[in-house]
Amino acid sequence: MNFLNIINQLAEVDPDVLDRLDSRRAVFSSLGTIAKRSTLAAAPVLLASFFQKAYAGTNAGSAVDVFNYALTLELLESSFYNKVIASTLFSSASAADQAAIRQIAKHEAAHVTLLQNVILGLKGTPVTIPGFSTAVFNTLTSFNGSTPGATTQLAMAQLLEDTGVRAYKGRATDLQGMADAVITTPVNLGTINPLEAALRIHSVEARHAAHIRTMRKQTAWINSDGDLDSAATYQGATPENNVKQAGYDLTTAGVITTGVTYSAKDAAAAFDEILTPAEVLVIATPLIGA
Amino acid sequence: MSTILTRPEPALDKPLYTPIKRRSFFMYAGATAGATALVLAGCSKNDSSPGMVNLGNGNLSVLNYAYSLEQLEAAFYAQVVKTPATDFQTGELAYFTQVAAHEAIHRDFLKAAIINVAKGTPIQDLTPDFSTITFTSRASVLGAAKAFEDLGVAAYNGAGKLISASDPNGATYLTVAGKIVSVEARHAAYIRDLLTPGSFAADDQVDAASGLDKSMTPVDVISAAQMYIVQRIDASSVGK
Repeated sequence: MNFLNIINQLAEVDPDVLDRLDSRRAVFSSLGTIAKRSTLAAAPVLLASFFQKAYAGTNAGSAVDVFNYALTLELLESSFYNKVIASTLFSSASAADQAAIRQIAKHEAAHVTLLQNVILGLKGTPVTIPGFSTAVFNTLTSFNGSTPGATTQLAMAQLLEDTGVRAYKGRATDLQGMADAVITTPVNLGTINPLEAALRIHSVEARHAAHIRTMRKQTAWINSDGDLDSAATYQGATPENNVKQAGYDLTTAGVITTGVTYSAKDAAAAFDEILTPAEVLVIATPLIGA
Repeated sequence: MSTILTRPEPALDKPLYTPIKRRSFFMYAGATAGATALVLAGCSKNDSSPGMVNLGNGNLSVLNYAYSLEQLEAAFYAQVVKTPATDFQTGELAYFTQVAAHEAIHRDFLKAAIINVAKGTPIQDLTPDFSTITFTSRASVLGAAKAFEDLGVAAYNGAGKLISASDPNGATYLTVAGKIVSVEARHAAYIRDLLTPGSFAADDQVDAASGLDKSMTPVDVISAAQMYIVQRIDASSVGK
């Protein structure tokens, strides 16, 4: 099952709603109720404007803008993992798997708190989102299915983590050169270097991604033969199967070291690629909802 | 160490990266044989004989710093693949073979970037000292791998802010470093799980309260890595 197609469908009309409800009246009534919920209706608009502000002009924004971008994704992940932990599917997962998810959830919650406090300390307003869409979450039919590419909770987790890694990576240069900030309120965080803080979160997301991928019997790094490789998470202007770095096609024989040729698989796996805010918007927006 | 201090070194009275007055040099050299090698900052970085390697300053130094660490990791994994542990479990040698390729790619790519993008001179090929690692032992190899990978993550996390954006290639260097560090973190997570299942992002590495991974200064990183490198590395000016 192509995960990307599912996301595309849900971004328009939720087919599962239509399948589950008894009558057409109930369907339209339900959709009308959903449309009336201002948070749900507004969320994609707010999110879109937020991301547009992030990449609209040459000024990539302040540290607050970049941290709010990060906070949006952390809120999404945190909400997702809370839903996982509360689900009946999770309760039948192994103790080791549960412990891993709880450790990851602990970090995402910590990231949310940290980013909120940093933004407040910088006199900004932390962004809020409704959460991870319940409708999307309910399409995940198992914790960790045996069928590659099936809509499982861990498949979604992998996409979230790998997207998060690429999203942070895509904004690092926006934080480059930003001065240290001494943050004492609302909590005393001491001296924060914005870029360093972002990098220290980014590598944790990569650790998460590695473990989730391993739980799903995938390689810890993004390999060209992953079962979710066709998802938007692994595409973009610089897709994850890219083998060119700084003008070098790393698969060309002897391109760097005479007599040494690297495989496309290794060359692609050795570097994680960035995602631009626009690309993250495409991936994240359908996942955000009440 | 005493050999380095007493061997006549004509280049030492010529300031290179860290100028040192002749009087100061003789004062230090005359002190004790136990004086630290950091005094000998005047060693040529292209000297192919064992000695001091000064990473320099500016963005080139950050690249050479990363290059030094990737050299170490690449050499380690090459040795692991060459002389695998006798008690590796199924699939572990295959894992190390892939990681060895990643690190070799990182190393070679950084060297090429230093020469062709930064238009600078890469540091010499370093000589590893893996005498404290028992390559026939899975536990020893995994322990060393974990140390190298976690150290590499902390190194890149601390180095990012040292890359100057006033250099026209500054953004490129940061992006490249970013592309590498997350792969190192994936390695680190995987190795940790092999050693202790579930420790991919354990509280000893990722702060429980903040969710932040470790970050270290170049001097601290090189200090930790020094036991695995024959040449003495001076990281005191990296990024300055």
